[in-house]
Amino acid sequence: MQAEKYPRKTAATMSYINKPKFKHPQMQTNDIGLTRRDYEGTLTTLCGGCGHDSISAAIIQAAAEMSLEPHRVAKISGIGCSSKIPSYFLSKAHGFNSVHGRMPSVATGANIANKELYYVGVSGDGDSASIGLGQFCHIVRRRINMLYIVANNGTYGLTKGQLSATADLGSRTKSGEESQFDNIDMATLAIELGASFVARSFSGDKKQLIPLLQAGLSHKGFAFIDVISPCVTFNNTDFSTHGYKNTWENHIALSEVDFVPMREEITTSYAAGKEKEITLHDGSAIHLHKTGNDYDPTDKENAMHHINAHKKQGKIATGLLYINQSTADLHELQDTVDRPLNSLGDQELCPGSKALNDINNTFR
Amino acid sequence: MSELIQSSKVTALTRVNDFVVKFANVNGSGSASANGMFAKAVFRMGIPISPHNIFPSNIQGLPTWFEVRINEQGYLGRREGVDLIVAMNEQTIAKDIASVVPGGYVLYDSSKVLANELLRDDVNYLPIPLKDICLEEFEKPAQRQLFKNIVYVGALSAFLNIDFKVLTGLVSEQFRGKEKLILPNIHALELGYQYASDNFECPLNLRLEKSEKNKGKILMDGNTATGLGCVYGGATVAAWYPLTPSTSVVDSFAKYCKRLRIDAGTGKKKYSIVQAEDELAAIGIAIGAGWNGARAFTATSGPGISLMQEFLGLAYFSEVPIVLFNIQRVGPSTGMPTRSQQGDLLCCAYASHGDTKHVLLFPANPSECFDYAASAFDIAERIQSPVIVMSDLELGMNEQICDPLNWDDKSRYDRGKVLNAEQLEGIEKYGRYLDSDGDGIPYRTYPGTHPNKGSYFTRGSSHDSYAAYTEDGTVYAEVMDRLTLKMKTAVNYLPEPEFSETISNNLGLAFIGTTTSAINEVLDSLAKKGIALDTMRIRAFPFHDSVTEFFDAHELVYVIEQNRDAQLKSLLKIECNIHEEKMHSILSYDGALITALHIEKSIIDSMQVMDASGEVPA
Repeated sequence: MQAEKYPRKTAATMSYINKPKFKHPQMQTNDIGLTRRDYEGTLTTLCGGCGHDSISAAIIQAAAEMSLEPHRVAKISGIGCSSKIPSYFLSKAHGFNSVHGRMPSVATGANIANKELYYVGVSGDGDSASIGLGQFCHIVRRRINMLYIVANNGTYGLTKGQLSATADLGSRTKSGEESQFDNIDMATLAIELGASFVARSFSGDKKQLIPLLQAGLSHKGFAFIDVISPCVTFNNTDFSTHGYKNTWENHIALSEVDFVPMREEITTSYAAGKEKEITLHDGSAIHLHKTGNDYDPTDKENAMHHINAHKKQGKIATGLLYINQSTADLHELQDTVDRPLNSLGDQELCPGSKALNDINNTFR
Repeated sequence: MSELIQSSKVTALTRVNDFVVKFANVNGSGSASANGMFAKAVFRMGIPISPHNIFPSNIQGLPTWFEVRINEQGYLGRREGVDLIVAMNEQTIAKDIASVVPGGYVLYDSSKVLANELLRDDVNYLPIPLKDICLEEFEKPAQRQLFKNIVYVGALSAFLNIDFKVLTGLVSEQFRGKEKLILPNIHALELGYQYASDNFECPLNLRLEKSEKNKGKILMDGNTATGLGCVYGGATVAAWYPLTPSTSVVDSFAKYCKRLRIDAGTGKKKYSIVQAEDELAAIGIAIGAGWNGARAFTATSGPGISLMQEFLGLAYFSEVPIVLFNIQRVGPSTGMPTRSQQGDLLCCAYASHGDTKHVLLFPANPSECFDYAASAFDIAERIQSPVIVMSDLELGMNEQICDPLNWDDKSRYDRGKVLNAEQLEGIEKYGRYLDSDGDGIPYRTYPGTHPNKGSYFTRGSSHDSYAAYTEDGTVYAEVMDRLTLKMKTAVNYLPEPEFSETISNNLGLAFIGTTTSAINEVLDSLAKKGIALDTMRIRAFPFHDSVTEFFDAHELVYVIEQNRDAQLKSLLKIECNIHEEKMHSILSYDGALITALHIEKSIIDSMQVMDASGEVPA
């Protein structure tokens, strides 16, 4: 295992951890003394029953269980229903609701400026598969160390129910509009372009989603999770492949994942051949439970084959689809200094007048 | 051959240290370094020069020109008319020869006989068999091609009285580390020098004499200075998309970062450069980095500015500092991508939809490119808004004589109003957009600063003082009014206009950027005709009050700019409420640098019109 290159600051190194001022006496605290409440955001303004609210809830639980320091996370999004999600979790973290389809570039810049934070990008299928498809492709190529979530409902909610580019061929929205085009599969696209962690899940399946979020946050490199997240208002019909009914009935986990935070001693032993343990760079681990098939998420071609084979049968392949722990992230590729670039001042950055005079002399 | 030498029949131009040499070449033929060597040699002889590249949007094959104005008095604007042409391009030779002033000179490759229709009886021909010389002296095909350029520089050395030692010195410097190339290059120079000396009376009446005018000066292009300014100004993040004429800004930043921004202990980089997939991503990356507390910039030109509009609105409204260099070229659309213009003033001043306004800086020379690049980061962080540095192709890509770049080691970066963890501890309730100082500039925090305080949600949607989403029209309007106030405050941090000493009570000139290069010549020439003018070089937008005062103090101000629509004049009308009758536009928008002659003629013409109508202010 490669040593983690950028140790993220932990509670022990931080002098500003305050205990929450108010908490229910029976509320459980995590390892850094925070309750679930400390990971919440503002009240949602999404429709009742929106899949996106389940994603917020899953992120809250994932982060709380991992004892992430909320303020060490930066939340970045584009525009759309999905991009409102960052308001609804981790209000102690800075958030940036940018412009439509451009979250990847803003996240890239933020990550370059300070590599010590966790970056969570939240986008939607309109945001990432249509207007922002180009930026999506390029952030994958640039291997930004972050968790990128697409809340995928196959429709444009805020503009009242148009089909999106992830809507499957033949899928129909509430207004009856049928998708005439093949869909863009964000997960296979991400694998193709070199993402080192690719998963798919369902907002209604918390048991699957939470460990995937935790593994994605711990993964060093670009982690992508395509979360099918039904739009209850515009795209939850029986004829929609992105509705609750179809997703419940047809999502099949290719591999089930348990996340074991690094603080827990890994003692459980698994029968060989049935489970696989993958240790992540920060010392945490994921346990992969095979689900009766011959699925190996470290084999790129095999992963693509399985996802496509399921799709042909009308099934949605979920779980951890692909993982590769040996890729370098942008900072490693560019060989930037260990300290965050945003912490460098005059002393480190300005070469001074003597060097400038030498340069002047080369122009005489 | 000798009958072609007509200097005995034609009155030859007699000029010392005051003429224009133009090189007509084929793009990609290796002429650029030879021509550059010529310009640098004249510069080193102490004589003021201004070289201009006139090049096509092409890699190889199309015509390209290099025009060098040499002027002892220091008039460094462009001058129309060519005194000596080096006609190396068969595609354009007819036009090139036609461009020579009567009595001027035509240096051409006489390996091929010049067509009869190219013979003028009022110019002097300087035939040199460049191709034949190179065929005889060099073996490799590439050398035979490239050295033709060096041979003509050698010949010019004899014709124009260029110090030969200066040239050989330049060759040695240029090929330091590639010693094998030094001797053949010097040999090529000697071949040209020898041929000219043997066959012509050298030097010509058009010639150079050593001077002392360039003492202490440097010869640099604006984009090199801009890239260096970013290094000195503390930029750590550069995101860009290749686009002429802005590309060399990032090239320069990269070059000097490799030299000056490597951590001594670890060899790691104290900077990051990302070549983005397009200009949208380039500015997005800069905004993400600026939001997260790094000094970030992008460099582009007109088409990139068009693509960046939405993001500029976000940065303005959510108050994120970034620096944007616009090396203007000729628009609209693809326009003339390798020609220069000041055509983006309006689309940058008010970039993006809705009510917006952006700080613009107008450098006029490479030293200012350096200073403004470095200070743009201070200004952007101080006012938490984009700062757009408005250079142009003329300034960015051509070398200019200027003062050496200067850095005060006592100066410190102004990181603006940023709260750290300790400061946040002392605050009851932090409001990202709260105007606690009454100057319109709120306090920001970097992500990750404090566990419980200082976090906020940045958004392009309407927000209140605490960064919370709101659709309350009153709250929205309050934020917009604060942004107006903030822009007023911003003016305090911007460079004041540069005024001449007052000599006229009536007439003034107002201009920006590269127009400056023509102004001294205009003033001197008009002074000889008894016309006195005061000048105001505007260096920043939003305008200082002193801009309005200049208009108040004069009856008529000529507003000189290089675009069709008088965009600077429009800005002055909108922002300073200057009356139309107070302003007379002088415009130039053919893609070439505005000339003193054009400005002078426009002024005199306007006076004659006014004379006739009895409205003369002069």
